[in-house]
Amino acid sequence: MVVPRPGAWRWFGVFAFAFLIFTQTLAILTSPPDRDMGDLEKILYVHVPAAWITFLSFFVVLAFSARYLWKGREKDDLLAAAAAEVGATFNGLTLLLGMIWGRPAWGVWWTWDARLTSTLVLFLIFVGYLALREFVDDAQRRAQWSAVVGALGAINVPIVYMSVRWWRTLHQIQSNPNTMDPAYVLGLRANAFAFLFIMIYFIHQRYVIASLQRATEHAAEAVALGGQQE
Amino acid sequence: MTWNEDWGRISAIARKDLITERRSKAGFNSVAALGVTMLVLFGFAFGPDAQALRDAAAGALWLAILFAGVLAFNRSYQVELESGALDELLQYPGARWTIYAGKLISNLIFVSLMLAIVVAAGIVLFQIHIPSAWPMLLVTLLLGIVGLVTLGTFYAAMASRTRAREVLLPLLLFPMLVPVLLAAMSASKALLGGDLMHEASAWIRLLLGYDVIFLVAALFAFEHVIEV
Amino acid sequence: MDLQSDLPIDAIRVARRFGSKWVLRGVSLRVHSGEVVGLLGANGSGKSTMLRILATLLRPNAGTASIYGHDVVSAADEVRRTVGILAHAPGLYDDLTARENLRFAAEMSGLPTTDLGSLLGEVGLSEVADERVRGFSSGMQRRLAVARLMLRRPQLLLLDEPYSNLDSDGIVLMNSLISRTARGGGASLIVLHELAPASGILDRTVTIVDGRIAKPEKPASYRVPVSAAGAIS
Repeated sequence: MVVPRPGAWRWFGVFAFAFLIFTQTLAILTSPPDRDMGDLEKILYVHVPAAWITFLSFFVVLAFSARYLWKGREKDDLLAAAAAEVGATFNGLTLLLGMIWGRPAWGVWWTWDARLTSTLVLFLIFVGYLALREFVDDAQRRAQWSAVVGALGAINVPIVYMSVRWWRTLHQIQSNPNTMDPAYVLGLRANAFAFLFIMIYFIHQRYVIASLQRATEHAAEAVALGGQQE
Repeated sequence: MTWNEDWGRISAIARKDLITERRSKAGFNSVAALGVTMLVLFGFAFGPDAQALRDAAAGALWLAILFAGVLAFNRSYQVELESGALDELLQYPGARWTIYAGKLISNLIFVSLMLAIVVAAGIVLFQIHIPSAWPMLLVTLLLGIVGLVTLGTFYAAMASRTRAREVLLPLLLFPMLVPVLLAAMSASKALLGGDLMHEASAWIRLLLGYDVIFLVAALFAFEHVIEV
Repeated sequence: MDLQSDLPIDAIRVARRFGSKWVLRGVSLRVHSGEVVGLLGANGSGKSTMLRILATLLRPNAGTASIYGHDVVSAADEVRRTVGILAHAPGLYDDLTARENLRFAAEMSGLPTTDLGSLLGEVGLSEVADERVRGFSSGMQRRLAVARLMLRRPQLLLLDEPYSNLDSDGIVLMNSLISRTARGGGASLIVLHELAPASGILDRTVTIVDGRIAKPEKPASYRVPVSAAGAIS
């Protein structure tokens, strides 16, 4: 097990946070207040990128889980777990920000609309994933089981979304940059990149911590086996 | 390693599980009784107005089946864990998916029988009028059960071998089953109400797609779950 | 083909931990065709863990092991076709009868289910063949587990304290299965906590101390291996 060196990553972290501060400031300063919402729209620059990053992280979980099942490398297990932790964090953030937005915009903290509800279900799926990791002690078993659970969970994401959407739809039609005022587009795009950098940095940091823990176990292994292992 | 050999193993496991269940009737009876008890409690929650009961019937039925089913899935592996039988089971050569397939079949039969009892109780308790489109309703019930049992049998193989099986199985399973529950409840409700909006068939297609996707995924992935 | 690779057991520095506790710290063990080897060691020394690894029920954390040239991790299916384990727990289904338990084992191994009655007679369970295992004493359950082993005719027997709960007839039965397997070119690895019941059939013993084999394997004076030459053929 090779423990990654901090090196350039430290600078990447500094850059990611600096960039985030810059893009947030930019978006808040440049975007005009919304016709109906007023300054409330500024929460979108956190809420929307967080939602995107949530979905992206779970795609990352799927990719690393699948590669673990294929190649069986410990590294992929740790990366999948790191991505799930980061994804669950952004998922929780998305839900919270959605509620903070919903209270003034719709007059309720919660509404059973398609995107909100499926984001919540997604959150629960990955809470299950993280719980499973807690409850399994054997490293190999944990890696294998959570890879399967992570992959099945990710496969389910579009199905959950579709079924909840059919079940009830209240939300505005999904906005895309073409129908949006260009004044908001730049801020959203810039912040999406900022969140992406933060996600990569977080996943990497969680991965480093997990590798360090694993490295101590491997060192203990070498001692226990009397220097037979490298 | 022929298809015959695989089928021999699948049917041996399914038959063994069903014989065990039949001889320890207490298991089936108490699980079915729990399902009916849940219906009664739902009746208290939504009743006593007849129309309100009928509106809630589909949801109450599926939730009762879900909660009772979870007990059945853990039981199905409990038999293997009791006297070290799982080790013996894993000692037999041959493809691992056959173990899953055998348990899937026995769980399907077990849960279908339970479903029949719960539905019969539901028809009485919730004053359900059986619609003319009852064959569609039957298809909905079957596809819903297949989805439930496919994932339930799969996740129980993991959860039953951890420290926290009672909590872990529902925690893993319920969020995954959201599409099945939404589709099965909505389709059942629509059909019970005469399917005026013609939405039932879309939900049934969703159920079918879900069942196929996860059945295939579970058959492929089971080896990774049981082999460690 | 590499001669060494076709040994019934060829384990190289097998290590296994549970949590952070290392139970096996590098066990190397070779067993040749026709050999009957006793595996000794204090309680908790990892004897059963070693058997489970050889039977593909546990994966080693480090080291490799092969059975007749098949790796226990990468060629587990081939290993399962040649190995029979008699574990501590009998691994029977309590709500099935003795005959049904055997039939299940036969069906799972792809064997014919016709001769089960005579097999039950051989282990002295004819009388209770159609009674549920739940009512069996532990000795009867052990006999039924032995019958299941005889049914599958494994080339390599991995036996975990096979004599516990067996009466003197049962011990004779067990020993005849072991020596029959050895005569047929097979081998046995037997976890023991007392040598007495097996003293007549053991070729040598090895002892696990502190997660390793305590002393170099040495031929014991119990008996000359029946088919030592078979190891090379």
